[in-house]
This record gives sequence, structure tokens and C-alpha cells, in this order.
Amino acid sequence: MNGLLIACLLVPMMTAALSFILTSDVKSRGVISIFGSIALLMLSFILLYQVASGGPVSNQMGGWQAPMGITLIADMLSAILIVVTAIVSLCVNVYAVGDISRDRIAGGFFTFLNMLIVGVVGAFLTGDLFNMYVWFEVMLISSFALLVLGGNKVQLDGAVKYVAINLISTVLLLTAIGLLYGLTGTLNMADLFIRVPQVENQALVTVVAVLFLVAFGIKAAVFPLYFWLPASYHTLPISVTAVFAALMTKVGIYALIRTFTLIFPGEHSVVDTTLLGLGLVTMILGVFGAMTHSDIRRILAFHVIGSIGFMLLGLGLGSALAMGAAIFYMVHGILIKALLFMIAGIVGKLGGSFELSRLGGLYQERPGFSMVFLFAALALIGIPPLSGFWAKLLILEAGLHHDAAIVITFVIIASLLTFIPLMRIWLEAFWKPQPLESGPKIVESLDSDIIVVENGSVKSAVPLVVPPNLYIWTPVLGLSAVMLIIGLMPGKIIELSDTAAKTLIDPSAYIDTVLPNRSAAPGNLNEVQK
Amino acid sequence: MEILLSLLVGVLMSVSVWMLLSRNLVKFLFGLVLISNVANLIIFKVGGLTVGAPALITDGGSAEYANSLPQALVLTAIVIGFGLVSFTLVLAHKAYQAIGTLNVDEMTLAEKRQDPADSEKSS
Repeated sequence: MNGLLIACLLVPMMTAALSFILTSDVKSRGVISIFGSIALLMLSFILLYQVASGGPVSNQMGGWQAPMGITLIADMLSAILIVVTAIVSLCVNVYAVGDISRDRIAGGFFTFLNMLIVGVVGAFLTGDLFNMYVWFEVMLISSFALLVLGGNKVQLDGAVKYVAINLISTVLLLTAIGLLYGLTGTLNMADLFIRVPQVENQALVTVVAVLFLVAFGIKAAVFPLYFWLPASYHTLPISVTAVFAALMTKVGIYALIRTFTLIFPGEHSVVDTTLLGLGLVTMILGVFGAMTHSDIRRILAFHVIGSIGFMLLGLGLGSALAMGAAIFYMVHGILIKALLFMIAGIVGKLGGSFELSRLGGLYQERPGFSMVFLFAALALIGIPPLSGFWAKLLILEAGLHHDAAIVITFVIIASLLTFIPLMRIWLEAFWKPQPLESGPKIVESLDSDIIVVENGSVKSAVPLVVPPNLYIWTPVLGLSAVMLIIGLMPGKIIELSDTAAKTLIDPSAYIDTVLPNRSAAPGNLNEVQK
Repeated sequence: MEILLSLLVGVLMSVSVWMLLSRNLVKFLFGLVLISNVANLIIFKVGGLTVGAPALITDGGSAEYANSLPQALVLTAIVIGFGLVSFTLVLAHKAYQAIGTLNVDEMTLAEKRQDPADSEKSS
């Protein structure tokens, strides 16, 4: 029995409830939420320490032993990702106090944000497939609420597409879980590891595996299922975009990693090759998509897709080395996406637009801030010694190890091409002089907090240029510092990722933690199942 | 009975996919309602059908009993599905009020090309 795992879920859940019940004051809600995320961060570090020193930690809910009861389990991968989630949660909570409009907070913004974190942490912690579906729903319904909160037309339009595609993915996931239950009679993931190879009809197992691939692929925005992401992410307030871009897709990737290492490992080579191919195409298309856009948020949204491709490559290659690279890339990808979107928010506030053609002169006005953007952009591109460099180096190393020439070529091409859109942001928004205000500005609702002028008349009482305040600067600078430390001292995180990857490749420690006496009682479930 | 149920699942699944492909958002929603129930039926069916047997038994009770796990899963899925569908209905209604159309081909506010050349032309 280990209360730590439950605490990791209860703390954000309580934060969500308390921030809504205790006060209706906007600032106090933010403060409660910030304290909640600090508590989660501390808990997650304790969990990481426990897992690093003593192997996977598990908890059988209600004292019902697995595979009967519901299992919570944290192995190294889960522990790392929960720490990263807690960091993002803290940063976004602080950022949101300065960024989110009062009516959104009054409508329960912090409640939904924290419930989203509950869903993410729950998905990372659960050892039961049906439970994973439930946590996905917790995450999904909170994300729906964040999507439409204080919604304007554009936001509703993006939300319809996001909701529609995610509901389809949910149904596919439920169907896949149902079929897998029919084949094996269990939904405990550790138990599935033992039972799936025993299934006679392996062709049907492959079908179920593909169903899972599609269901999680939609969540993770994998080619060809990513179109919902650039259609909806740029319609949201930047704090919401930051947390979505950082966490939501990565939970999909986590679920893919978990299912394809634990439930369908190795022998389904068709699926592995598919994963590899999808990873390559996703990576390249994400980068190309980023080049075609001129809205900073949409450029970054396509970079989210591109980074998903890199992670899939690690999973597709399938060795411990590649998996470790993918996990390091996840850590880097989650943090850098949150940072870049928060920076984009500041660009929007300083320049009054996210459209590159309307921005300019930021370097002259704000040289210090420009350096922060340049740092984050270079970290994403992968300039040594920043974190993106190590992430891509590890993927390349894994590719070399497998003699996968195509993978290496594509990774290098994608990395080089990543340079172009980010440098375009740098040149247009920061380097070139401020465009002259000629003629009326066209209204595009950027975010309902900043409504731009149409035909010279101000449409909103909110001033055009909102100076970023302390709440906005602190998380950006803090996260930059974290990224800098990861870049300069990647050794510890690479070591942890490798440990996580080894547990994934050889899940015996995971299985033994969930089912301590599995050899003693084989087949006891067959009796229960009619 | 199992064959009948399987056929029903097949028919309902194809009907709901056909509805999901519709351009009309309302038809799409009905498809979504249907397909989420099809998923529930699948879970119910693959759990194995037992006629007239109790799910809850006393200690050392009758030899024949129904598998209660699929029922629990379906119940959870129904509750979640109900919440999601009602949310989506309200969202569709709101979107209709704000955008003025239910044809998804015309719902292009979020992905309008924000071409600088176009905006110069219009000004």
C-alpha cells in the first residue's frame, strides 16, 4: 500500500475543487491553484526518488489484488512524466494568473486546468486499460471545458472539430478495449502482458493492436490523424494552448508506448514498421506544415506534430536505446513546447498580434526578451549544447545502432528544416523594423482578451498592447532556466530515461510489482470468467 | 442470441459510420450517439451472454452466474458517454447560434487563410 500514488491524484483534484469552492475572487483562485501545483511538484519528486531507488511503486485500490482490482503503478517512465507534468502545471498556473481574463477564471478556469492535470497524471499512473480510458475521459472533458470557456465564434468553431475527432477516438479506444477483454478476459496491463501471447487467434490480436494505434494516434496527432490539432489550438487563450500542446498529445504517445511495449510487444512487427513509417511522415509533414504558416501559434502547433514524429521513431525502432531517446525527447518536447507557447503569448501581448507580417521591431524594444525567445528556438532546433541537441543526438545514435539509414536521413532533414520557420519568426517578429501602421487593421480575433482595432475604432475596452506582468515573466524565465540546466547537464535525465526504457523493454519488474505471486496462481481468472 | 447481437452490432456500426460521414453536424451527432452505444454493445457481447443467471452470488452459491465485469464496464461507459454527448449537443447548439450554420464545410472560421496579401487587397 502506498499513499503517494493516490496523493498525486488527490492533490490536483482537491486543488480543482477548492479553487472553485473557497473563493470567488480571481486572484485567490489563482493562488490556491499555484500552491496546489507546488504540492504536486514536491510529491512528484518524492515519487521519482522512490522509483529511482526502489523500482516501480504500485497500489492495489481497495485492497483487491490484481488482476481483480484496479492497479495504480508508477514505473520510471510514469514518474519522469509526472514530474514534467507538475513542472508544466506550475508554470501554466502562474502564467494563467497574468494571462487569463477575469470572466474565464470566474467560469472555473483553474478548476478545469487542475482537472486536466488529474486526468494526465491518472493516465500516467494507471495499470489498467479501462481505467486509462476513464482518465482519458477526465482529461478530455476538462479540455472541452477549457476549449469553450469564454468562447468566441472562432473558439467554438475550433472546439467543434476538436470535440468531434476526439469523441471518435474515444469510441475506437472503447471498442478496442472491449475486443481485447473478449480475447483475454482481463484488462490489467501486467496481466495482459502474460495473456496476450496465449491467445490462439493472433491475427485478431493484431487487429486490436491497430485499433489501439488509431485511437491513441488521434490523441497523439500522428499522421494522418493530426488535422484537428492545427485547426483548434490557435483559437485558444495562450495558457490553454501551452498546456494542451505540452501535455495532451504526449499522453497519447505515452499510451502508445505503454500499449506497444507491454500489451503488444515485439512480435507484431507489422505494427512496429507502421509506427516507424508514421513517425517519419509525421515528423516531415509537421515541419513542412510549420513552414507554410505565418501565425506564430500555428507554426508552433505544427512543431508539436513534428516532435510527435521524433517520439514515434524511438518507439518504432523498439530497442532500449531508441526508447530511451524517445523518453528524453518527450521530456524536452513537453517543456520546450510549454515555454515556446508562453513566449508566443508575450509576443502577442507586446505586438498586439500573432501574425508575422504585423509584428516587428521586438528586438529593438525588448532585447532581453528577444534573447529568451532565441534561446528557446535554438533549444527546439537542437543547437548544441541545448536540450534539443541531446534529444536529436540520442535519436540519431539509436538510428545508427539499427543501421536505419532512412531514419537518420529523415531526422537530419527534419532538424534542418525546423530551423526555417523558427528563424522566420525571429527575423519577422524580432529583427525587422516595426511595420508602419498604414490603413485600418483587419480584425482577427487572436484571443478574446486582445481584440484588435477595426477601421480605426476600438472594439474592446482591453487595450491593444497589454504589458506582460510579473506572473507572465516568472514562469517563462523559470522554465528557460530549467531548459538551460537540462541542456548543460543532460546526464542525469538521460540516465533516468535509459532506466525507464530498460523497464519498458524488459517489464518483469513492472509485472512483479503488479502481480507479486503470478506464478503461484495461473489461470485463476479463467474460473471467474464463466 | 450471440449471433443476433453480433449482426446488430455490425448493422448499427455501419449505419453510424454512414451518419458520421455526413456534412450536417446534427447527423454527425446522431452518428456519434449511435456509435458510442455500439461500443457498449460490443463490450457487453464479448463478455459472454448468460441467460437467466445472477451476477451476484452468495458464498459457494449457484454453479452458473453471469460475468459482472462487462456490465460494470458498460455502465461506466454509458455514464461517460452520456456526459460527453450532452456536452456535444450543447456545443453544437452554441456553435449554431454563433456561426449560423450546421454545415461543417462552411464552418471555417478557425482556419481561414490569414493571408497578408488578401488583407491588403481588402483595405
